[in-house]
Amino acid sequence: MKCLRWSLISLLALAAFPTMSFSLGTIDRTVLSNGVVLLTYPRPTLPIVYVSMRLRAGSVFDPAGKTGLSHMVARLLTRGTLQRSAREISEAIDFVGGELGAASDEDYALVTLKVLKKDVALGMDLFSDILLQPAFLPEEIERQRSETLSEIIHDKDDPGKVADKVFSQIVYGGHPYGLPTEGLETTIPGITREDIVRFHETYYRPNAAIVAIVGDVSVEETRALAEKYLGTWVRKDVPPIAAAQLPVPSSPVVKVIDKDLTQANIILGHPGIRRGNPDYYAVFIMNYILGGGGFSSRLLTNIRDERGLAYSVGSAFDTKYATGAFHVSLQTKNSTANEAIRESLREMRKIRQELVRAEELQEAKDYLTGSFPLRLDSNAKIADYLTYVEFHELGLNYFEEFPRRLAAVTREDVLKAARSYLHPETFVLVVVGKEAEAKIHLDEGAPVESR
Amino acid sequence: MRNLRRFTTVILGGLQLVMSLLTTEPVLAKNQEIKEFLLDNGLKVIILEDHSSPTATFQVWYKVGARNEVTGRTGISHLLEHMMFKGTQQHGKGEFSRIIARNGGNENAFTGKDYTAYFERFSSDRLALSVELESDRMANLLLDEREFQLERDVVKEERRLRTEDDPVATVVEEVYAAAYKVHPYGSPVIGWMSDLDAMTVEALRSYYKLYYSPNNSTVVLVGDVNAEEILPNIREHFGKIPRGPVPPKVLSKEPLQLGERRIHVKKEAQLPFLMVAYHVPNIGHPDEYALEVLEKIVSQGESSRLYRKFVYETQMASYVGGDYARVSADPTLFYFYGGLRPERKVEELERGILEEIERLKREPVNDQELEKAKNQIEAAFIFGRDSNFYQAMQIGILETIGVGYRALESFVPNIRKVTKEDLMRVARTYFTPENRTVGILIPEKKEKSSSGPGF
Repeated sequence: MKCLRWSLISLLALAAFPTMSFSLGTIDRTVLSNGVVLLTYPRPTLPIVYVSMRLRAGSVFDPAGKTGLSHMVARLLTRGTLQRSAREISEAIDFVGGELGAASDEDYALVTLKVLKKDVALGMDLFSDILLQPAFLPEEIERQRSETLSEIIHDKDDPGKVADKVFSQIVYGGHPYGLPTEGLETTIPGITREDIVRFHETYYRPNAAIVAIVGDVSVEETRALAEKYLGTWVRKDVPPIAAAQLPVPSSPVVKVIDKDLTQANIILGHPGIRRGNPDYYAVFIMNYILGGGGFSSRLLTNIRDERGLAYSVGSAFDTKYATGAFHVSLQTKNSTANEAIRESLREMRKIRQELVRAEELQEAKDYLTGSFPLRLDSNAKIADYLTYVEFHELGLNYFEEFPRRLAAVTREDVLKAARSYLHPETFVLVVVGKEAEAKIHLDEGAPVESR
Repeated sequence: MRNLRRFTTVILGGLQLVMSLLTTEPVLAKNQEIKEFLLDNGLKVIILEDHSSPTATFQVWYKVGARNEVTGRTGISHLLEHMMFKGTQQHGKGEFSRIIARNGGNENAFTGKDYTAYFERFSSDRLALSVELESDRMANLLLDEREFQLERDVVKEERRLRTEDDPVATVVEEVYAAAYKVHPYGSPVIGWMSDLDAMTVEALRSYYKLYYSPNNSTVVLVGDVNAEEILPNIREHFGKIPRGPVPPKVLSKEPLQLGERRIHVKKEAQLPFLMVAYHVPNIGHPDEYALEVLEKIVSQGESSRLYRKFVYETQMASYVGGDYARVSADPTLFYFYGGLRPERKVEELERGILEEIERLKREPVNDQELEKAKNQIEAAFIFGRDSNFYQAMQIGILETIGVGYRALESFVPNIRKVTKEDLMRVARTYFTPENRTVGILIPEKKEKSSSGPGF
């Protein structure tokens, strides 16, 4: 087994920072006549091609009582089309050592393809087939239903996921972001083939699709591939994602879930901001200093380095399209849970009370701009990033714009962001651990509800 | 599956030389060439220039890991890895990470059974910092008592997070412990809890002195660099570190297993989990290629045998797989695993997996299946080159376990030579009942959980 000194960066930081400053060079943006946005970045150094599509077809559109529908639709794409059975699809892509997959997030469905250059026509044919002509066969739906239900049950053995699900449900209130994309044990059985077909008809449309093709293909080749394999896709209006405002609770809400664990898995937070919030950049830097910033953040320094309480600790603003949430998350032995919670709240208060130090701000800016090339050093990363920028309407000049926006943030902006968007008095706290040892209590004496 | 696949097991991907032999593409990457240097103090430096992005990875690999640990001191390699971030005379606690971050770099380290490695990823113009900081901590680590106490607590939290509270990880740990009675591969990299409790800073100091030396390490640099430009700097900083002692050889050899071993883990969990492990040879043995192909046939993709049978057709399992930890210094394990669906019995999955294993011995795989596995290995080899970090990992591991990075050159051609008969032969040789260790997670449900939350 391998032990990384710290692996949480990927979990906590990514949601809050897919960004940077550095010119990629020529990105070609073309809109096909049916509305597909095609982003191309030729990178001929290796004979490989990576295709990534983001579709506005995430769980945010799951109807009430049908949570898990978008996920089911995405997962069924590779499980049979009008021309190919599930077996034939997996056999075809596996035979060339490629990868073809589809998944759903809160905002979007993601369909990806990775193939050697020599297999790009086969790959695009499969990609187009699963996207445009999925069969949604009844036996495949039943199979998927059973798979999803057992995955939901398996997830209960991951205390971090359990904490996260309970936390999201409370923080997002009735908003679909609060429910797990894969669905609930109570909703998966009720999803019908009609629901699935209707969802696909409604949301899987070219005018809601952004596709990036990165690798050993020229702009001309890419356009031809896109026209050939996606050009027949028929346009139809797709509803936008509506911005949402979440209520901040008037007093702390505490949930403790008793499990026979050695650690308390703690998640503490509250409503946050959407990606389009104009204060995004100040919030981003503020969070970097508080708990997003690698090994140097305040939370990590306090809770890990100075107290030895946790292996991983950090904070993140999860900025989705409609709205978002902020959270601190950490794991510590049950007996030190209260101390870790107290210190987390102390750091949240402190950054709201005092200006950050000038050098802290500078270090944050230096890291965030300087590390930009690392976020774009592979085909997969570039493809994913291009569709992200387009999805959130950040513009292709974003790569130049981002460092400018970061550079403009002042210490006062950081303080203002902390005061506006951190709520250390009215948070949601979820603890999954051994209740009798953790004995969760807040200094202010908020009522603790255990489940 | 999720928890089991280790970062270190599959070494694919690779070098220019192999690729030009194998594909019809005329030239895959003109800009790639591996250069190797040996400093007077025994430090090996390997540089692969890859100019496809303006970034680079700098790694330092020490030939020390759980494999070198003795009873009572398990986890010492990993704990020392943590302490390497706690400062030298010149660069105090936390300064290392701060300097790297200020320069837009990411840094971390990892410890395995055979190695401990440190890395920085940067925009390539910042590499001089790695040279300065890594050479400093190779020779001048502080190892302060108070910092040690705190960091040991952090590592104990890490153990709780990764193992104690993860029922599947607990089974894996137990299976290794049962399969290896003599060789240190039976001990977890993170160490047993009681060994962490008993650890001392003095033990770390002697361990550091014994294993952290230029003659016991390899510097690997991959990315947008020019070897001639950076080498003088490496010579200047690393070259002045004196040669260290010659670390003791690991002499343990796991004796032949004479009968099936079976372990059960009873823990609060939702569903059972099964793992079936066999002792097999590691890299350097002629059977490594056939075993690698077998791993792909049983486990790679949704058309693989295990997925198709147990997830897709019989719907007995939520996930299944096979894993061959080929790239290791000493003989290793090939294991099969699966997580059950509700209402299905673990005995049923075990019977099914053993039947699939018998089939591998009895029937030749079909041509299409064999070709698919080879194609998968070759494609992964090429995809692997899209990452500096991954390429540096491959070179670093191969150097550290004593095989050398040139093994990459012959890997795909040797995979291509594997025949159906080879597959049947290795399955018959190694997948025997006597050589088997089975681990089963038996979920214990708490009374209370019936009224618990819906998640």
